Amino acid sequence: MAQFDVIVVGGGPAGYVCAIRAAQLGLATAVVEKDKLGGVCVNIGCIPTKALLHSAYALNLITHDAKALGIEVSGVKGDYGVAMKRSRQVADQNSKGAEFLMKKHKITVLKGMGELQPGRKVKVGNEVHEAKKAVVIATGSRVKGIPQIGLEINKTTVISSDEALFLEKAPATLAIVGAGAVGAEFADIFAAFGSKVTLIEALPRILPLEDAESSEVIAKSYRKRGMTVLAGAKVQKATVGAAEVTLEVEAGGKVEKITVEKVLMAAGRAVNTEGMGFKEAGVELTDRGFVKVDLATLETTAQGIYCIGDVAGPPMLAHKGSREGVVVAERIAGHTPHPIRYDNVPSVTYCHPEVASVGLTEEQCQEKKLDYQVGRFPFTANGRARASLETDGFVKVIRDKKYGEILGAHIVASHASEMIHELGVARENEFTVEEVDLMIHAHPTLSEAIAEACLDSMGRVMHI
Amino acid sequence: MATKIVMEALSPTMEEGRVIEWKKQEGDPVAIGDVLAEVETDKAVMELVARSAGTLLKHLVAAGATVPVSAPMGWIGQAGESVDGGSPQAKASTVNPSQGSGGSGERSTGTAPPAEAKPAPVPAPSQPSSRPAVQPSAPPAVQPPAPPVPVTLSEAAVLSAAKEKGPVSAERIKASPLARKIAGERGLDLGAVAGSGPEGRIVKRDLDTVSGERSAVSGTAPAGPLTAHPSPLTAFTDTPLTQIRKTIAKRLAQSIGPIPTFYLTARVDMERVAEAREALNAAAGDQGKVSFNDIILKAVATALQQHPGCNAWWQDDHIRYWHTVDIGMAVAIEDGLITPVIRGAQAKSLREIAAESRDLATRARERKLKPEEYTGSTFSVSNLGMFDIEHFTAIINPPEAGILAVGSIAQVPAVVNGQVQIRRQMRMTMSCDHRVIDGASGAKFMQTLSLLLENPLALVW
Repeated sequence: MAQFDVIVVGGGPAGYVCAIRAAQLGLATAVVEKDKLGGVCVNIGCIPTKALLHSAYALNLITHDAKALGIEVSGVKGDYGVAMKRSRQVADQNSKGAEFLMKKHKITVLKGMGELQPGRKVKVGNEVHEAKKAVVIATGSRVKGIPQIGLEINKTTVISSDEALFLEKAPATLAIVGAGAVGAEFADIFAAFGSKVTLIEALPRILPLEDAESSEVIAKSYRKRGMTVLAGAKVQKATVGAAEVTLEVEAGGKVEKITVEKVLMAAGRAVNTEGMGFKEAGVELTDRGFVKVDLATLETTAQGIYCIGDVAGPPMLAHKGSREGVVVAERIAGHTPHPIRYDNVPSVTYCHPEVASVGLTEEQCQEKKLDYQVGRFPFTANGRARASLETDGFVKVIRDKKYGEILGAHIVASHASEMIHELGVARENEFTVEEVDLMIHAHPTLSEAIAEACLDSMGRVMHI
Repeated sequence: MATKIVMEALSPTMEEGRVIEWKKQEGDPVAIGDVLAEVETDKAVMELVARSAGTLLKHLVAAGATVPVSAPMGWIGQAGESVDGGSPQAKASTVNPSQGSGGSGERSTGTAPPAEAKPAPVPAPSQPSSRPAVQPSAPPAVQPPAPPVPVTLSEAAVLSAAKEKGPVSAERIKASPLARKIAGERGLDLGAVAGSGPEGRIVKRDLDTVSGERSAVSGTAPAGPLTAHPSPLTAFTDTPLTQIRKTIAKRLAQSIGPIPTFYLTARVDMERVAEAREALNAAAGDQGKVSFNDIILKAVATALQQHPGCNAWWQDDHIRYWHTVDIGMAVAIEDGLITPVIRGAQAKSLREIAAESRDLATRARERKLKPEEYTGSTFSVSNLGMFDIEHFTAIINPPEAGILAVGSIAQVPAVVNGQVQIRRQMRMTMSCDHRVIDGASGAKFMQTLSLLLENPLALVW
C-alpha cells in the first residue's frame, strides 16, 4: 500500500491534466489508468479523428480543387486503411507524450482498474493505495448503442467510433445515427473516402447544439458532396444482418427503407460509473447518471472525493475536463482558483468547413427574450478566404443591444476551430464588440471577418 | 479654440471627485464663473465653475462618475466647433512623463494650456454601437446628449493623474469594458464597487449586486428601520463608501492603525436597573436569575437597533450594516478570553438573554462552544465590573465597528434634584472604529443606551 496526496482515477484529458497541475503544486500524485494514457480523446477520439479529417480534407482538395489551383493530378484514390494507420501513429505518439509528461512531473502511473474504497482509498489490482488529501474521479465516458430499436453495437455491422477508427477500408454504404459533432465528423471522413453516407438526426437539424445558420451551411455542403442528410428523422426499426443492416427511417411522415453495409452509432455517450465502488465510497449519481458534484467545488457527495470531466456532467468535452482538472488540483492544494465559466466553453466540430461557437445561439437568445443584435460577415467577402478557395461559411456575432456584450459567437470556416478563441477571450474578459473591433486585425486574414461581424452588429460593416 | 474642463482640487486634500450632477448640458451657453457641475469631494459637495466662456460642447464624464483631480471632464468652445471625445492627446501627453511636465502645474486653474486643448482631428475610438464612427465634421453641439461612455475615456485620465501626481494619486480602477459601459449608463461609481474578477477586477456580475441608480451618491444611510423578521437574504445591507467615508478611513488609519479607534465614556445611574433586577429576581426565585450584565446586553441590543450605524462591519471597500444584532459577550476563560454570541438579541426577551448568556458562559469556561457559537458577532460587550474595575477601554474585535467596556457599579455621591444622594452608578466606554462610526453617531448611541439603562422600562416599550 502506497500513500499519495492525490490519486486521480482515469488518465484521460481531465485526469492526466489534473495530475500534472497537482504535481506542479507539490502534491505527491498518482494516476490510475486501465488502458493507455490520454484516454478516449488521445486514443480513440479527438486526436485520431483529426488525423483522418486531415486526410479527408486533402483528398477533397485534390479531387475538387487541384485543377483550379494549377495542379494536374490523375488517378486520385483514397485509401482509408493507410489514413487509419497514420491516425494510429498520431494517437500513439500523443499517448506516449502523456506518459512522458507523467514521468517529467514524477507522477506515479498505477496500471489497472481503480476501485474506490471508503476513506479516500483506491484499490488497483490487489493493492490498496491511500490518498491523504483527495481522490479525483475522472473515469470518462464510452460509446453507446440504442438497443431499444435493435441497434446494439455488434462491432461488425453496427459499429461505434471505437471500431470506425480501426476499419481497414471505408464501407461502400454507411448510415450514421446521430449528427452531433462525432456523427458529422465521421460523415465528412467517410464521404471523402468514397462511402455513400446517410446522416440521420432525430432533432430537426444536424449539429443540433449549434446555431441554426451553422447547421444550414453544413447540411448544404454535405448534400453538395453527395451525402443524404435526414434531419428530424427517427429510426423506427433496424434489421441487423451478417453483412448489412436495413433501417426503417421515418422523416416528415414518410417511412423510408435504407440498406447499408454498416451503421455507425453516434448518438450520445454513457459515463463510466459502474463497478468502481462509487456507491460504497459514498459517491452519489444524478438522475441522468452522472456523478453528483457541487459545481462550485467539483466535490462529490463523499468528502475529499472530487469528480471532473465527462463523468461529472456535460458538456462532454476534453477541454472542459482539462480545465476542471486544473481547478480541482488547485483547490486541493489550498488555492482559490478562478471559477469555471461553463457558459464560455467553446464547442468545435472539425468537419469541412469547421463549425465553432461560444456562448448562446440565436434561438437561445430568443428563448431568453434577450434584446440582441446580430452581426454577420460571409467569407465570400473575405480576401484571404477567396485566395484559398475557402469561401464557405460566415462569422456571426450576437451582441446585447444596450451594452454590446457578446452573447454568442458562431463561426463556420475552414479554420473556425482556431478562430473562435478570439471571441472566447473577449467574452472571458467582458470585452464588447467595440473592443474586438478596436484590435487591429492583420490583413488579409480570415479573422478580419470577426471584426467585420462585430462592426456589422453595430451597423458599421465595411466590406459588404 | 475649445478649452478643456478639468476636475479641480476643490479641497486641499482632494484626490478625486464624484460628479453629482451636470448643471450645464451639452449645447448650453457658458459664461466664466457659471456653475458647470456639482462635485462631491472628500469633504463636501462643491461647485465646479467655468474658467472660460462659450458653449459647453461635450461632457466627457457622466454624472455619477468619479474623476481624479486634473483629469478632463468636458469641453467648452464655440458652438459647432468639433472636439475630440476621446482626448487621445491627453493620454499621449500624460502617459509619457517627458511631456507631462507642462500639464502638471495646471490642475488648479481649471483649464488646460492651449497646446493641450487643441481638439485632435483623430476620430474618437468608437462610441456605442448604434452610431457610426464619430465624424469630425459633425457639430457635437447639436448632437443629442451622447450616451455616457466616459468611464472608458476617464481611464486615460486616471492613468494620467497617476503619472503626474506620483504615488499619492488615485488608484486605477480595474474594470472590464462591459462593466464600464454598464456603470456609465447606470451612473454607478466603479470606485465604490468591489471587484470579484481576477486581481479584483470589476466584472458585470459585481454590478448586478449594486442596488439601483447612483446608490453610491446617497449611500451613507443604512437601509431604513430594521424589521423584526429579516429574511436570511437581507441579513445586512452593504453600502459603498462615499468619498468622505473613504477619506476618513484612509486618514485616520494612517494616524492610529489599522483600526482608528476613539473612545466615548458615559456615567450611568444604575439605581433603577438595580431596583428592577432585585424585583425580577425576587419574583423568579431560584430560577432564571437576571444579572446586571444581562440587562446591559438587552439595552445594548435595543440601542443598536435604534442606531444601526453602530451595528456594522468594516469591509475595506464597503461597510456592512447588519439587520440583526448578534452580540459578542466577552467571557474570561482559564488562559484567555472568548466571545460567545447571542444571536438576534434585538428580538429576544431579557429572560431569554439571561438564560442564553448563562449557558454560553458556562460552556465557554468548559471549552464546549462550537465555532459557530463564538464567531460572527456584530458588536461586542466586555464587562470587568465584577473585578471592581471602574473604567477601562476594550479593543475592537474586527471587523466589528464597536465594543462596549462596562465598569463596576459602585455607590457614589451624586447630585439628584439639587441634593447630594448616594446612588449606584456605572461607567461604560465604547471603542469606536472611526472608519464606520463618527463621534456624534457613537455619542448618540451612548445617549440612547444611557437612557435605556436609567429608565429600564423603556426596554419593554
